[in-house]
Amino acid sequence: MTILTVENLTVCFPGRRGTINAIEDVSLSVSAGEILGMVGESGAGKSMTGAAIIGLIEPPGRIAKGEIRLEGERIDNLRPEAMRRLRGRRIGAIFQDPLTSLNPVLTVGEQLIETIQTHLRLPRSQARERAIDWLRRVGIPAPEARIDTYPHQYSGGMRQRVVIALALCAEPQLVIADEPTTALDVSVQAQIIALLRKLARETGVAVILVTHDMGVIAETADRVAVMYAGRIVEIGEVADVLTAPKHPYTSGLMASIPRIGERPETLPQIEGAMPRPHARPEGCAFAPRCPHRMEICTRERPEPRGTLTRSVACHLTEEVPA
Amino acid sequence: MLGFLIRRIIQSIFVMLAVALIAFMMFRFMGDPVNSLVAENATVEERDAVRERLGLDQPLWVQYGRFVARAATGDFGLSWRNARPVSTLLAERFPATAELVLVAAGLSLLLGIPLGILTALRPHSFSTQTLQFFSLIGISLPTFVTGILLILVFSVWLGWLPSFGRGTVVDIGWWSTGFLTLSGLKALVLPSVMLCLFQLTLIMRLVRAEMMEVLRTDYIKFARARGLTNRSIHFRHALKNTLIPVITIFGLQLGGLIAFAIVTETVFQWPGMGALFIQAVSFGDVPVMAAYLVLVSLIFVVINTTVDLLYAVLDPRLRVDGARAAH
Amino acid sequence: MTTSSLSRAFNSDIAWSFRTSWSARISSLILVLLFAAALLAPVLATQNPYDISQLFLLDSELPPSWIDGGDPRYLLGTDQQARDVYSSILYGLRLSLIVGFASVALAAALGVSLGLLGGFVGGVVDGAIMRVADILLSFPAILVALLVNGIARGVLPPERHADAAIWVMILAIGLTNWVQYARTVRGSTMVERHKEYVQAARINGVSGAGIMIHHILPNVLGPVLVIATINLGMAVLTEATLSFLGVGMPATQPSLGTLIRIGNEYLFSGIWWVVIFPSVVLVVLVLAVNVLGDWLRDALNPKLR
Repeated sequence: MTILTVENLTVCFPGRRGTINAIEDVSLSVSAGEILGMVGESGAGKSMTGAAIIGLIEPPGRIAKGEIRLEGERIDNLRPEAMRRLRGRRIGAIFQDPLTSLNPVLTVGEQLIETIQTHLRLPRSQARERAIDWLRRVGIPAPEARIDTYPHQYSGGMRQRVVIALALCAEPQLVIADEPTTALDVSVQAQIIALLRKLARETGVAVILVTHDMGVIAETADRVAVMYAGRIVEIGEVADVLTAPKHPYTSGLMASIPRIGERPETLPQIEGAMPRPHARPEGCAFAPRCPHRMEICTRERPEPRGTLTRSVACHLTEEVPA
Repeated sequence: MLGFLIRRIIQSIFVMLAVALIAFMMFRFMGDPVNSLVAENATVEERDAVRERLGLDQPLWVQYGRFVARAATGDFGLSWRNARPVSTLLAERFPATAELVLVAAGLSLLLGIPLGILTALRPHSFSTQTLQFFSLIGISLPTFVTGILLILVFSVWLGWLPSFGRGTVVDIGWWSTGFLTLSGLKALVLPSVMLCLFQLTLIMRLVRAEMMEVLRTDYIKFARARGLTNRSIHFRHALKNTLIPVITIFGLQLGGLIAFAIVTETVFQWPGMGALFIQAVSFGDVPVMAAYLVLVSLIFVVINTTVDLLYAVLDPRLRVDGARAAH
Repeated sequence: MTTSSLSRAFNSDIAWSFRTSWSARISSLILVLLFAAALLAPVLATQNPYDISQLFLLDSELPPSWIDGGDPRYLLGTDQQARDVYSSILYGLRLSLIVGFASVALAAALGVSLGLLGGFVGGVVDGAIMRVADILLSFPAILVALLVNGIARGVLPPERHADAAIWVMILAIGLTNWVQYARTVRGSTMVERHKEYVQAARINGVSGAGIMIHHILPNVLGPVLVIATINLGMAVLTEATLSFLGVGMPATQPSLGTLIRIGNEYLFSGIWWVVIFPSVVLVVLVLAVNVLGDWLRDALNPKLR
């Protein structure tokens, strides 16, 4: 069942040097229980897509074009109060840094109970039960005791578990996880990834997992959307995209992951840098760095070809990939 | 926590001993204390007798020890100017200053915090711009000029409020209060407004800066992403984090209020300790100066220690385990 | 080498910042005008307000010249002793600025020396200096200045109070404000002390102090200048406050603060001009110095705490 569809979403920031499009014509969908990975360099527009979906674009940025639908119902044009009710209740969010995401002067329990009571009409005792239950589900040992302690008494990994509990405690249908493991130790990363996968399976929550780490995508996601310079350049099943990338940028990203067993002298790297939003070239934004650049690429922007579930935006791909 | 408390108290005692040393040196080396006690034509023998009686022939550190012991009981001797016990003089004047400072401190918090929040939450509104402009003026105006302007407008031109004195006061034991009569309350208005204005603008700016800082933090963004109401985000999540540093600064500034009460008391002829101190300064009345210095230092030290403890109580990161408090 | 780098900084960044900052230009224009007025007071004044032979008691309490009953000879009116308010302000401004500059110079000299000493010698000396600084900082400046003032008055015989007032004021304000200089200079000195050239000098048996002072002073010049500018505003204000309180400059030698105190006594007779005009000059002076100080701090951007 499709939970979220995004069509031709464009977010713009009016500025002194004219209006800048942070993301352009982003289209994607995600189903219940599915994990959609969003990958790309920093500044590619992954986090901005997430912020747009949850309705937290920093002013003066705004949605210039496109639609966001949650279970078929448009949410991009909701009034602020309606959007607030929806946040946490139907769309959750997990932030990058667990050290700064939790309020230092409120106990973990106070933060959980407040979130639950904001969205569900429960008496305090039941909200507390539920909070303890969620701490248990995210793997906090002795949750009955730890619920009344402060965030600084938790380790980084434990705090990220609390953040996950906070994002899920009102049982949203969709959760946007923005680099949930980037700030953590490598050993803890795997645990958090496993936890996210387990919770997605158990609760049927759809997950949009924003990351710059192809390895995380390979381990966690069902499908992946590759973003470059504000656009989705390739989207598809993880297995397909990873084994047979169609876009040269995806190929480049894949080549830059070190594989166990291989010991390359140097990691292959994509030459050059991603153009900044106000300096994007006319045609394909990747053309200046593309090893397969053709004459048409600098002239005409390639449109995404294919379906919502598997598409590529590249002039090399003449036909809908199978 | 207990270790922290003990450390702070020991530190405070050292500060007080240093202040007492200054006060002692003033006593010992400014003028000859014997002169104020003997007749002008006294013989050398008479003078030596007084000297001995006062213990001035003993080593300095013994004299200092005695001075501290006497100061601890509130005994600073007689005022050189009107030969009354200094402790009595200060006790008479203390309530006036205390009431003035308390009202001014209360006003500055009561107005400063809400105005700071308002200007932080609506940074672009007209009222914020206006307030910011006035707070700039408030910070730049010398306090006595503010006081003169207040008198000129509200006493001289409009004739609404008295410009000097405390009005009618009621004695409760040794404490004389102006809170219980209409004239006492009216007399408090202008002095406390003058005294609080600088603090008020300071607190407003501080709350605004802290609040804006806090509103940019990740935990506030995460609270928004969980759909918490604006009310809860602003007044539960943000305010608590904002007020912790504000309390510290306020504690330090309370000392400033007591010091600036000297100016206010002069402008409004308020019969407080500050006015007494100014008289003592202009006459070189050492016992009164020394006692005022020690008393005010004691108040500062008590306030600073209280603030530090309060900080530890309010911030859970410091409260839970003393060992990590240093971190 | 250091002078050239310093002049380069002044020629490029500072100059550019100055040209683009309206507030800096306006406030420095105001300051130049006020300094000039103070310097040229004897020329600009229409009378010498302290020469009793020039005062005509019939002309007392005249309002400013543009108000009914005003006299064109007295632009800003006269006080109870028939002194011309405009001339009094010029002379008062002169005294306020003299005390301000002198006390800043004293504080800077004291602070820089103590900072160098503490930073270089370290140990007990440094600890003692910094403890004193800490205690001094925990008391409001006005209180410390009052105390120094009171001690000076206690030591001096009463008949010398008026003559010594200006020196007492400079001393009281200067002794109050040295802490910030000391902290800044001490910080730089400590950093410099561990650098290789100092170590090398020590190994070679040369005193490191001389070379160090050579290296440190140019480095701290910027921050010291900023602190001095901001301090000038504070010093002028402290002087005015003390004089207003009646323990500063005497009525025979009035600064702006003294003029305000005298004017304040006439306030209830409705003679507002005697108090308002000196107040306005004081506020404008302090505001201009503060704005300039803020700008200088941002422009030089030293690591000030």
